[in-house]
Formats: sequence, C-alpha cells, structure tokens
Amino acid sequence: MDQRDRRTLLDPLIDNNPITLQILGLCSALAVTTTVATALTMSVALTTVLTFSAGIISALRNHIPRSVRLIVQITVISSLVLMVDEVLQAYAVEMSKRLSVFVSLIVTNCIVLGRTEGFAMQHGVKRSLLDGLGNGLGYSLVLILVGIVRELLGSGTLLGLTVFPLAADGGWFQPLALMLMPPSAFLLIGLFIWALRTWRRAQIEPSELPESALVLSETEALRDGLTRSVR
Amino acid sequence: MDLLALFVDAIFVDNLALSFFLGICTFLAVSRTVSTALGLGAAVILVQSVTVPVNNLVHRHLLAEGAWSWAGLPTVDLTYLGLMLYIGVIAAVVQVLEMVLDRYFPTLHRTMGLFLPLLAVNCAILGGSLFMVERDYGFAESVFYGVGSGVGWAAAVVLLAGIREKLRYADVPEGLHGLGLSFIVVGLMSLGFLALADVRLG
Repeated sequence: MDQRDRRTLLDPLIDNNPITLQILGLCSALAVTTTVATALTMSVALTTVLTFSAGIISALRNHIPRSVRLIVQITVISSLVLMVDEVLQAYAVEMSKRLSVFVSLIVTNCIVLGRTEGFAMQHGVKRSLLDGLGNGLGYSLVLILVGIVRELLGSGTLLGLTVFPLAADGGWFQPLALMLMPPSAFLLIGLFIWALRTWRRAQIEPSELPESALVLSETEALRDGLTRSVR
Repeated sequence: MDLLALFVDAIFVDNLALSFFLGICTFLAVSRTVSTALGLGAAVILVQSVTVPVNNLVHRHLLAEGAWSWAGLPTVDLTYLGLMLYIGVIAAVVQVLEMVLDRYFPTLHRTMGLFLPLLAVNCAILGGSLFMVERDYGFAESVFYGVGSGVGWAAAVVLLAGIREKLRYADVPEGLHGLGLSFIVVGLMSLGFLALADVRLG
C-alpha cells in the first residue's frame, strides 16, 4: 500500500473525521450509542454499506449518466441497506429490534451519499473502497467511544459485562440515568469535538463566518445535483 | 389511540430531532439565523404532512401482507421492499410539491424552495415514514403523526436558530467554536424537552 492509499484510508479517522469535521451522518450516530453492542453493530452495518457502495458506484461511474446519478446512487445504497437489514433480521433478531429504524436510515445517512458523490464518482475502485472503509472506521471510532462512555456511566457495564458493580446489587456504583437519555449523546459528542479540536488546532472553526463555508458548499452541491438529476 | 394525544406526543415527547436525532445534519447546518430556520421548518412541516400519509397508503395497499388478495395473491408480503419505495415516494412528492409551489404559490416557493430538494434525503422525513410503519398507524393517525412530527422538528430548529443568533456574541473557548457549541446547546435543549415528557392530554 503506497503513501497515498494509506492517507486515503487513515485521514478520515482523526484529521478529517466524518462526524466531527465533515458534519456528516450524525443522525444515526447519536441514537444507537446507549450501549457498546448497538454502537458496534451499527458501525459494522454502516462500514459495510459505505465500503461496498463506494466500490460499486466507482466501478459504475463511467456508465452513469450525470443527470440521473443521484437516483442511481440512492438505488445502489438502498439495495445494500436492504441486504444488511435482512441479514440482521435473520441472524440477530434481538439486535435488529433494538436498532429499530436506524439501520434502514443508513440510506439517508449523509456520509454514504457524501462519499459516493464526493469521492467515488471521481476515483478508481481501489481508492474508493479504501476511502469508504476509512470513513466507515472514522464513524465507528466516534460511535464506539461515545458508546463506551454512555454504557459505562449509564449502567456500569461494558458489552453487558459488569465493570462497576451497581449500588442496587450491593456494589458501590450509582449509575447516571442521564447517560441513557438522548441529551447525553449531544453533550458527549460536543465535549468530544472540543477535546479533539483543542488537540488538533487546525480543525478550529473561524468564529465569525456568516455561514460555515464547508457545510454550505456541500449542501448546495447536494441540492443542485438533486435538482438537476430529478429534472 | 386518541389522535390529539398522538399529535402532542409527536411534537414534544417523541420529537424527531431532539429525542431520535433525526435530520441532525440539516438541523445543525441550517440553523444560523431564525429566518432561514423558519423557511426550512415550514418546508419540513409541508413535506412531512404529505409523505407520511402517502407512505401509509403505499404501505397498507401495496406492501403489507394480504394487500394483493384482491388479485388472487393473498400470501404476497412485499414489506421488505418498503425502504426503496418510501425513498422513491419521498423524492417524487418533494419534486411535485416544488412544481406546485412554483406554479401557484411563488412567494412561498421563494422562502422554502431552496430547502425542498434537500429534504428528499433528510432522515427526519424518511424516519417519520419508518416510525409510522413500525408503530402500525392507521391513515388518520398517520396524518396527525405526520403534521405533529413536522411541527416538532420545525419548532426545534427555530428555537436552536434563536439561541445561536444570541450566542454569536458570546466568548466561548476556541475549540468549541461552531459545531462543538451547537452540540452542547442542542443537548441542553433536549434536556429541556425531556421535562415535557409528562405532557399528556386526556
């Protein structure tokens, strides 16, 4: 693996993380992090979909007419999501119930469409696969970290194994019920971004921009593409 | 289930943005000023109130088990195709809405037209339809749920925009600029909405 490939794979982990810097794919990231197990399953599901959709789109990129490319991409992505969902329902019914609609929502997860539209449409199959995998891993990293904190502090366990014996069972740990509720996910990711940006100062946003240039240009690109493809 | 209670629940208790984290990407990206947030909110209410009932009809009359019994196919169950069909319906509805607004309500189209195409790939919209299927709502319920969840999302985005406008002049630590601070604010808002969890009608 040469230098460029390694960068494609590793950059999205810290320096260009899809969640903390590109602001992509937050929707599902927060909802499934109450336990490490759900976070892990979701990470695997998303990474699979992302890697394969990037590969498939990249392989097809010279045959897709520009005007319908978003529809083609959404079709490819939703077929992959359907397959992942069916596999989960077949082999892990419990988990599939706990993830409820969030596996299906990978379809509208902006990471997937963002990477296929922004990267796979312009690059070869191998690099697109690496880029998909890297972004999937970057997403997984944040998800699993948040999952670890929430499960550990919220119920004193990790992957269902007791780490802190609960006061209710004769131990010493009083669980923080807040950690199992929605607000804690927002707060934890906020703190996580703060920590990351204090460490990597290059990621700090300029304080007084009328609209964040990055987000705006991305949404606009997506919007324009969509309008064009539908017309 | 009491329809009005369902409506209020969808706004406050089951708020799509603050309790289920749906549509958060758009939520954070388009909440810098109250005026844009209002346009986006209105678009979400409109799209949500149309797509959820339409997808409800699609689900019950095309996909659910037994939906094809009139054609002599009582055992056909197409629910696994749901996801692809809902996305298609949403994209189509958004497109039709845009054309109708453009033709008959040009002023309205100018305020929210910008956001309509974006909503085709917004997880709050797809999530609304998926929750409707998962919870097995009837047609009337789906109408109330669609409007309610749209209103809830819109309320949350307008509130966040209001807070962010005030925060522009606050002196926050460098690492928190922009995204980090938004997350903390949304977390506190979500905490506030938790206090409404006991709001029940009847």
